[in-house]
Amino acid sequence: MNNTYELPLDEAGYAFGFMDEYAKKEVRRAILKAICIPGYQTPYASREMPMGRGFGTGGLQLTLSLVGADDTLKVIDQGSDDSVNAVNLRQFVQMTCPGVEVTEKTEAATLIQSRHRIPEKPLTEAQILVLQVPYPDALVVVEPSEARRKTMHGEADYSRLLVKLYEDIVKFDEITISHRYPTRIHGHYIIDPSPIPRWDVPKLHQSKALILLGAGREKKIYAVPPYTLAEPLAFEDVVFSVEDFRDALGNRRTCSRCGAADSFLDEFSDETGKKIYQCSDSAYCNERLASEKTA
Amino acid sequence: MDNIILSVEGYAKQFYLHSRQRLIPSAAQVNLSVRAGQLTALIGPTGAGKSSVLKGIYRTYLPSAGRLLYTDVEGHTLDLALAGEHHILELRQREIGFVTQFLHCLPRQPALDVVAEPLLTRGVTREAARQQAAGLLERLAVPQRLWGVPPATFSGGEKQRINLARGLIARPRLLLLDEPTASLDTATTEHVIALLQEMKQDGVGMIAIFHHPALVERLADAVVELSPPAMTVTDELIERIA
Amino acid sequence: MSRKILEVNNLTKIHGRGCPLCLESTGPEADTNICPHCGSVVAAHGVSFDLYQGEILGIIGESGSGKSTVVKTLYFDDAPSAGEAVFFDEDAQYDLYSLNAAQQRSLRSKRFGMVYQNPHLGLNFNVSAGGNIAERLLMSDVAHYGAIRERARSLLVRTEVLENRMDENPKKFSGGMQQRVQIAKALATRPPLLYLDEVTTGLDLSVQAAILDLILEIQHELGTAMIVVTHDLGVVRLLAGRTLVMKYGRVIETGLTDQILEDPQHAYTQRLVASAL
Repeated sequence: MNNTYELPLDEAGYAFGFMDEYAKKEVRRAILKAICIPGYQTPYASREMPMGRGFGTGGLQLTLSLVGADDTLKVIDQGSDDSVNAVNLRQFVQMTCPGVEVTEKTEAATLIQSRHRIPEKPLTEAQILVLQVPYPDALVVVEPSEARRKTMHGEADYSRLLVKLYEDIVKFDEITISHRYPTRIHGHYIIDPSPIPRWDVPKLHQSKALILLGAGREKKIYAVPPYTLAEPLAFEDVVFSVEDFRDALGNRRTCSRCGAADSFLDEFSDETGKKIYQCSDSAYCNERLASEKTA
Repeated sequence: MDNIILSVEGYAKQFYLHSRQRLIPSAAQVNLSVRAGQLTALIGPTGAGKSSVLKGIYRTYLPSAGRLLYTDVEGHTLDLALAGEHHILELRQREIGFVTQFLHCLPRQPALDVVAEPLLTRGVTREAARQQAAGLLERLAVPQRLWGVPPATFSGGEKQRINLARGLIARPRLLLLDEPTASLDTATTEHVIALLQEMKQDGVGMIAIFHHPALVERLADAVVELSPPAMTVTDELIERIA
Repeated sequence: MSRKILEVNNLTKIHGRGCPLCLESTGPEADTNICPHCGSVVAAHGVSFDLYQGEILGIIGESGSGKSTVVKTLYFDDAPSAGEAVFFDEDAQYDLYSLNAAQQRSLRSKRFGMVYQNPHLGLNFNVSAGGNIAERLLMSDVAHYGAIRERARSLLVRTEVLENRMDENPKKFSGGMQQRVQIAKALATRPPLLYLDEVTTGLDLSVQAAILDLILEIQHELGTAMIVVTHDLGVVRLLAGRTLVMKYGRVIETGLTDQILEDPQHAYTQRLVASAL
C-alpha cells in the first residue's frame, strides 16, 4: 500500500469511515434489528468496498459503521494481527478514520474485527466483536433454495440439518463438523457462526461482549447479543465437544513458542518437516512470552 | 318381541344394469324371522333369491324394498336397510356373522390366526384366542399341519372349514350361513351339524341355505320357501323407473 | 361406537384461474375435468366424507378421477380451492385449512403419515434409510441419538427391510423395499391417520401382496385410520371397509366395499367392477 497517498477527502466527499452516513445508518439499523432477533439473518444493502468480496467486506462494513474517533480497534485473521488481510483492513480503517487508535492487545480494544477466530482472552461488556462470515446460512448445505430456507428458519424446521449429524454419527461414531458448527441462538434460530473452530463456539454462549456477524457478499448481518443462549447442535447422548489437542500418548500438546496448554493450536511443519504446534492467537502467545521474560 | 332377532318384511331385490338398461330381479316378497337359538332355513330353486336374502341382510346388497328389522344385544331394534354404514360395520364386527363360500383374508396370515381373529377384535388375548381356534379346527378335522399355513393354498373343503370356524368362533348374535357344508364330506358335515346345534344352545340365531334337504330336516326350526321373482313384476318396475 | 377422526366437507381443488362455468362444465356427465371455457382443471369438487378412528377408507377411480388430489390436499401438499376438513385428535379438533403453516407442518409430521406411489416424493435420497426415519423423528423434537436409532431400526425390521441395510441409501433398494421404507417412515411418529396413495401400483404382484399384508397387519396392531387411494379393486377389497368411487373429480358413489363391488349402483361403478380382471 502507498503510504504517501492521501485520500482526497474534500473532492471525493468521503466521510469519516469511508461509508456515507446514510449507508452507516442503514447498517446500524440492521444491527439493531439483528440484536432484537438473535440469530436472525437480517438483510442489508451491502455496499461496494475497495476490496473484493471474500476479503472481509461484511465485517468491514460493520466496523466502519460502528467505529468512532474514540475507539481502539484490533483486527485479526486466523488469530493473527500480522497476517496480510488483517494488516490491510487495519490500515484501511486507520486511513479512513483519522484519530482511531489501533492495538494488538485484546483487552485494550473496544472493537475487534476477526476472521475465523475468537480471541482466547475473555471479552468484556465494553467490547464488540465483529466476525467475517462467508456463508451466513447453516441450512445452505441441505437446501439450495433461499425461499425455502427462510421458511425453514421461520418455522425452526432444522430436521434435515440434524439428520446430517445423525448420518455423521452412523458413519464415524461422532459428529465430524470441525468449523462452522451449527449453533442455536436464544432457542430458535440456528446460525452458522462463521468458520471459527469448535473451540471458539462455547465463547458465544452468555458472552459479555456483543458479537456481530457480517456477510458482505451474501448481504446479511446477524448477532449473538450479550448473555444469550448459544447451544451447539448435538444429541442428548452424543454431546458437543471441542478439539482435543492430545497426542498419541494422551498428553495435551502445548505451544512450542510460549508453552500454553490452554489455547487453540495451529499445526505447522518446520523446515525439517516435523510437526510443530503454536498458539493461533498471536497476541495471546506474545503476551505469555513477554510475561515469561519478565518473570 | 319374544326372542325374535331378525324380522324380514317384504324384502325385494332388483339389479339395474345400466349398460343394458335392464332390471334384473333377484328376490321378491321375502318374509321371514329368525329367533335366538333357532335356525331358519331358506329353500327354493336356483334363482329364487336365497343368497340375495342373506346378502341383503348383511348389506352386501342394498335392498330394493322391504324392512330388515334387527334387534341388537342391547335390545334396540333398527332397520338394517336404513342403517348407516358405520353402524353396519360395527354390527358386522360384533354381532352379525356371515359364512360365505369365499374366503377373503390376508395372503400371509396362517389359518390359526385367520380363525382366531374375530376374538382378537373383541379383546380376547392372542393366546386364548389361538387356543379356542385350535379347538374348533380340531373339531372340524382340519389337520394340525395346516394350522400354521396361510389358507390361500388350501382345498375348497379346507377353506370352507376355515371360513366356518372363523364365523362360529365369536358366537355372533345372528349368523348367516350360505351353503356351509357344500364341499365337505359326510363325516365333517356331522361335526358341523354338532357345532351348529351347540350354537343354538348358546342362543345364536341362524339363517341358513343348505344344499341338502337332509340338513334342513335336522337343523331347521323354521323353513321359508322362496320362489323366483316373477318376470311380470320386472316390466311394471321398469315403467315406474323410466 | 368409535369416534370420528376426520370430517371432510365439499373439498374442491381447481388448477388454473377458474371461471364461473367451471363446475357445471366438468364432471362425470360432462366426461371431462377440464373446463372448456377457461381451461382450468377441476381436479376435485364437492368431496365430502367421514373417517372413523381405526377405519380404512378406500378411494377408487381411474386417472383424472381426483383421488390423489383428495389425499394430497389433506396432507397439505396442496391447498384446496374450497371446502373444509376437520381433524379430531384426542380432545382437540383442528380445522385444517384455517391453521397457519407451522401448525399444518406440525400435524403433517406428527399426526399424519403419507406413503406416495413415487418414493422420490416420500423419501430423501440424500440420506440413508435409517436417516429418513430419523428425519421424521427429529421433526418431532426427539433429541436422543440412541433412541432415534433404535426406533428406526425397529420400524425397518417391522416393515421387513433387512436390518443390515439400514444405513444404506434407499437409491440402492428395489421398488418394494423403497415402499417399505416409506411406510416405516410414515409410521415413525405413530400417527393416528395414514394416507396411502397408490402405494403398490407398479410393483410386482408378489411384492404387492406382501406390502398389502404388512399394511393390514400394522393397522390391526396400531389401530391406525387410513385412506387408501388406488385404481385396483383388489386392493380396496382387501383393505377397505368402506369405499368412495370418484370420476372426473366428483364422488359418484360411496358405500361398504363389498356392496360397491357386488351391488354397484352407478353406471360407472358397474362398468368399473365389470372390467376388473
